[in-house]
Amino acid sequence: MEFDFADQQPKLLMLMYGLIAFVVVVGGLLLLLDVVPAWFARRREAQLVAASASGAPITRRLKQREGLFALFFLLPTLLLLAIGLVVPAIRTVSLSLMDRESNNWVGLRNYGWMFSDDSIVRVLVNSLVWVLLVPLVATAFGVIYAVLVDKARFEVVAKSLIFLPMAISFVGASIIWKFVYAYRGEGDQIGLLNQIVVTLGGEPKQWLLESPLNTLLLIVIMIWIQAGFAMVVLSAAIKAIPGDIVEAARLDGVSPWQMFWQITMPSIRPALIVVVVTLSIGSLKVFDIVRTATNGNYDTSVIANEMYNQAFRYGENGQGSALAVFLFILVIPIVIYQIRNLRQQREG
Amino acid sequence: MTTATPTVAVGTQKTDGPTSTAGRVRKRLNSRTATLVSIVIAVVWTIPTFGLLVSSLRPEDEIKTTGWWTAFTNPQFTLENYQQVLFGRSSSSGQLAGYFINSLAITIPSVLFPIAFACLAAYALAWINFRGRDWLYIAIFALQIVPLQMALVPLLKFFSTGVSLGGVTIMPAWDLVDEQKFAQVWFAHTCFALPFAVFLLHNFISQLPGDLMEAARVDGATHPKIFRTIVLPLITPALAALGIFQFLWVWNDLLVALIFAGGSDETAPLTVRLAEMAGTRGNEWQRLTAGAFVSIVVPLIVFLSLQRYFVRGLLAGSVKG
Repeated sequence: MEFDFADQQPKLLMLMYGLIAFVVVVGGLLLLLDVVPAWFARRREAQLVAASASGAPITRRLKQREGLFALFFLLPTLLLLAIGLVVPAIRTVSLSLMDRESNNWVGLRNYGWMFSDDSIVRVLVNSLVWVLLVPLVATAFGVIYAVLVDKARFEVVAKSLIFLPMAISFVGASIIWKFVYAYRGEGDQIGLLNQIVVTLGGEPKQWLLESPLNTLLLIVIMIWIQAGFAMVVLSAAIKAIPGDIVEAARLDGVSPWQMFWQITMPSIRPALIVVVVTLSIGSLKVFDIVRTATNGNYDTSVIANEMYNQAFRYGENGQGSALAVFLFILVIPIVIYQIRNLRQQREG
Repeated sequence: MTTATPTVAVGTQKTDGPTSTAGRVRKRLNSRTATLVSIVIAVVWTIPTFGLLVSSLRPEDEIKTTGWWTAFTNPQFTLENYQQVLFGRSSSSGQLAGYFINSLAITIPSVLFPIAFACLAAYALAWINFRGRDWLYIAIFALQIVPLQMALVPLLKFFSTGVSLGGVTIMPAWDLVDEQKFAQVWFAHTCFALPFAVFLLHNFISQLPGDLMEAARVDGATHPKIFRTIVLPLITPALAALGIFQFLWVWNDLLVALIFAGGSDETAPLTVRLAEMAGTRGNEWQRLTAGAFVSIVVPLIVFLSLQRYFVRGLLAGSVKG
């Protein structure tokens, strides 16, 4: 029953190496940025002297120096993005066209498997349910709650309470909710949900084992986490609606209902789109909740979880990569929609 | 894309008299009903977390046999669960203290690196004139949509076998063991964070007054000088916002850690260990509740103390195009 701090020293040492590396890399980069331009300035001075003698143009040199600066500023980012995202993403596309050992090309067979295997089709359907329900419910909830607490005396506290789950990890949130859904065969229930059911005269259930109800119960967790995000963004948008528009509408005698649909909703449309898009992408990529709560069993798996299973548990690199690529393809139209909207907004 | 219109300006939290639409709607809806409903919702939202906290403080027998709400009529509290789950020696106890340190060791560099690099890149994209600048910015912005699932398999292979092109080794394998694997996690988190970090900081940096830069240029200041003496101090709030984002993201991450740190007690963070416990010891509620609370408490403190910056960053990052 004791914790030996000595065991932890190698980790702390590694952390220290990391911090030293940080200071060296960033400090070195800044130093380099100071030294190199000074060197170039001296060279340029020499060139200027030479140029003034011969009368050659000097403006092009200046532009090149700007580019050189930019290169140094951007170097770490571009390098890391290339190694960490661009090249791997391209590689994943090619892996998705190969067999499980990534040795032979198999064409689109992995994609064919995705749409013909019943359990995978189930996974795709689940993801579809996630991406439809989470943004819809969380956004609707965010709007309603933002309107309800607006200008209330306890507004700040009320918003914080809803927003708080944003700070909790998906894993932590899943455990919190697993506890709500907990089941005991006989006697007192320890899960809140079953206790409520029993109090109302029902039978306790093993909630997370019952398909398709369990997928909906997992979606509740995601909504619980994300509603705060929707609420905060939409609340800010609502507060930004100009007062004179509201005043004019009031003088025209519109009802609160009309006010909400004809003034509030159109005014916050851009923010609504952003929230819905962000939540859609988030729920497409959801992994932690499913893995912690049910491990993807009992028909609850989603694309991201299945991708992990295929690639890292079953060693099916081809099929895992195909799922990753499919995820990417699903995200693209959502993002294009958002970009189009933003552009219209800017022009209009 | 460089001159984003602030749809929702930072700091719109200020109240502008009794004339907001929401205020109106709310008033007409009968203020008392609205208040009641919002209180009920807030309470419902908080109950699950509250139940977890109460449970984590109850003795094992009590947790396993009665609901946490009975603690109000029959209060019995203990710190035994935390003692066990943090410092217990048996392999089933959790040994979370070690994982807690892993989480810290993973998180700190994974926050510092991307912010520093993104800062430099965002400055260059906003204030240095070079050809293809806008295209580069759009390309980095667009990388946000690549799901990190797409990078996992090749990146892991890159760490374990290195990179070789046509038989020539360009980059040797990292061959990391035990706690050295932290480096892999730092690297992965840094790469994955960069597109959003550059985007968010670019939003802030590009809106700094151009006159300021111009004046400095006229005085003969170079870009690094402007960056250090003018830009950095001005964007401290943005750095704080991004810092909180990245901190919460890394601390709460499961997928990246699971793949690049593995499940060993030398490198796996709290989230990996907890997910594992939830799977294998799903009925050990005394450990799960205490463990979950241990993993929640740090981000909660960060969140509550720096909430202002977090909301600011959220609004700038999500609502501006």
